[in-house]
Amino acid sequence: MVSEPKQTPADSAATASERLVLLAYATTAIAVFALMMIVGFLMRSAQATWVDLPVDRFYELMTLHGTGMVGTAGLGGAFVMWYFLGRHVRLSSKVMLTTFGLSLAGVVLIIGGILLGHYAGAWTFLYPLPAKSMGVWQPAAAAAFVVGLILIGVGFLLFYADCALALIRRYGSLTASLGVPQLISGRVEEAPPAAVVASTMAIIVNVLGILAGAVVLIMTLVSLYIPGMVFDALLMKNLIFFFGHVFINVALYMGVIAVYEILPRYTNRPWKVNRPFIAAWLAAVFLVLAVYPHHLLMDYAMPKWAATLGQVVSYLSGIPVLIVTAWGTLGNIARSGIRWDLPSRLLVFGVLGWAAGIVPAVVDGTISVNLVMHNTQWVPGHFHTYLLLGLLPMLLGFMAWAVQLRGEDSSFQRAAFWGYAIAGAVFCLSFLYGGANGVPRRFAVHVSEWLPVASVGSIAAAVVVVSVVSLALVIVRRLPQLGKTVG
Amino acid sequence: MQSVAWSLSLFLMALITAAFVIVCRGAAGERELRNPYRGRAVVFALTLIAGVLITLTTLSPWPLPAYAANPAPAAKVIDAVGHQWRWDLSESTVPVGKPVEFRVTSADVNHGFSVYRGKTRIIGQTQAMPGFVNRLRLTFDEPGQYEILCLEYCGLAHHGMLATITAVAE
Repeated sequence: MVSEPKQTPADSAATASERLVLLAYATTAIAVFALMMIVGFLMRSAQATWVDLPVDRFYELMTLHGTGMVGTAGLGGAFVMWYFLGRHVRLSSKVMLTTFGLSLAGVVLIIGGILLGHYAGAWTFLYPLPAKSMGVWQPAAAAAFVVGLILIGVGFLLFYADCALALIRRYGSLTASLGVPQLISGRVEEAPPAAVVASTMAIIVNVLGILAGAVVLIMTLVSLYIPGMVFDALLMKNLIFFFGHVFINVALYMGVIAVYEILPRYTNRPWKVNRPFIAAWLAAVFLVLAVYPHHLLMDYAMPKWAATLGQVVSYLSGIPVLIVTAWGTLGNIARSGIRWDLPSRLLVFGVLGWAAGIVPAVVDGTISVNLVMHNTQWVPGHFHTYLLLGLLPMLLGFMAWAVQLRGEDSSFQRAAFWGYAIAGAVFCLSFLYGGANGVPRRFAVHVSEWLPVASVGSIAAAVVVVSVVSLALVIVRRLPQLGKTVG
Repeated sequence: MQSVAWSLSLFLMALITAAFVIVCRGAAGERELRNPYRGRAVVFALTLIAGVLITLTTLSPWPLPAYAANPAPAAKVIDAVGHQWRWDLSESTVPVGKPVEFRVTSADVNHGFSVYRGKTRIIGQTQAMPGFVNRLRLTFDEPGQYEILCLEYCGLAHHGMLATITAVAE
């Protein structure tokens, strides 16, 4: 016998302020993702020589695309987490709206820095590039970008503080809400729900990541206005990649909460919180924090133990995703009588994209491979696999479900979904193939040997954009339903 | 190495996709509960064993020759300095078949010192970082021209940061 997934009081209609949060985050996520995808298509088309994009504009758009996608991925993940964690603990709509307001202010500064100030130092703002542009942009432009990121970071910290306080009030400590006592005692029937366990992991890890980000952003700001103050470039690189890796990874770990919460409603099988599940999320806390040195494998000044850690933890990081979440998803849906519709398709596809994206990531995390693949298109290949084909479908699936698209399965929706899935896979594979054949990432100009793969990527990108915009329109048309009943 | 990485990745991604396709195709069918976690512990153990083997075989000997224990002496040492947006090399010819050591640093921002054979095959790389010297040890198996590209984004002319070295049979 399988019990009905537990419904909570919050399954009833949202309050006015909750509806405001839902609408603000949903419309922003959809709009920014769509716009940034168009920017991505433009860049790929420029590499294929289809579009004549001046190099300065290319690198500005590259900076905008990276920052916009990473920031929106974070906001989207936070949106999912807030929506479902709010069913188990009391969260503040005001704090969530403040996070949104700070993010919006940050975005204005970032866009100003890039489009008006011509800052083009990439979203990774690798020290000391923001301060050394060869006269292309002024310190004020880089400062606007940096302060924009700081404002977004402050917004996220407020959100996590609200979540952490709510969890501590309900469970007594973050250790308890992570399920550690039940992991030790084995009384898993008393364990917190999956969404609570996952949210706790996200809070612990991303607060540390954002704090590291705040430190390095302030140091970058200092370097802009006090050129005589020189920081250790390797230390700065460590801080930047720690922050960046943690932030984008946690977006995925927050996004998967939608899978844990929504799929059981389709299959009528609750998501099992057992010892392997808790152990995997506890392990993920340490693995996500410790894995970032795989970004620094070509920095030979790093100690050998750090490079070894980067390779080994890269490999280990994939195991919880594959063994717990991917396997758990397949176990949840197998012979369940699930009804396939847009939300369920997108959610399951998202888990597939995440799981598949682990493979090229782990391969690139091997030092001997990294020696010949680092900073080639293999890198965007692997992260687009688990973001474009992993996180984004999860977020779209969540929003499609939240706007009551359950049970609908029109041919238009099916065509848009399959267009997205197939073209998205081709798009990612074109990057991976390019990387395996030496095509560098972040090059505005491609030589003739690299053009065929750029052309294939551009065609696939065009189909992805059309498909995702179609899906977005389907969701947007139903936005008035958002929050009317949230269960 | 690149073709192994590509083929292996493709195979494993196809395997994961196949598992999803098979389960999804049968998911809407008859309702029948089985233990979905059967076999998971075995797969977990096999994954860990594979991880240990991969770690041992790829890290021993250490894959970066200049940093391996007791590296063979280099036949030639070349100083390479990255600037926005050019490479300064102390020499531009290297011997074929003998280890050459590049001592790589930067005068301004981070660069990526990457040695290409043609436009589609990287034979090795390291980061060029202000304040640090990274030693890249390479052996050039074929005579002819090799290109050095920057693989760390360093500003507006990043893609044009190019140098050439020639491998000569002695």
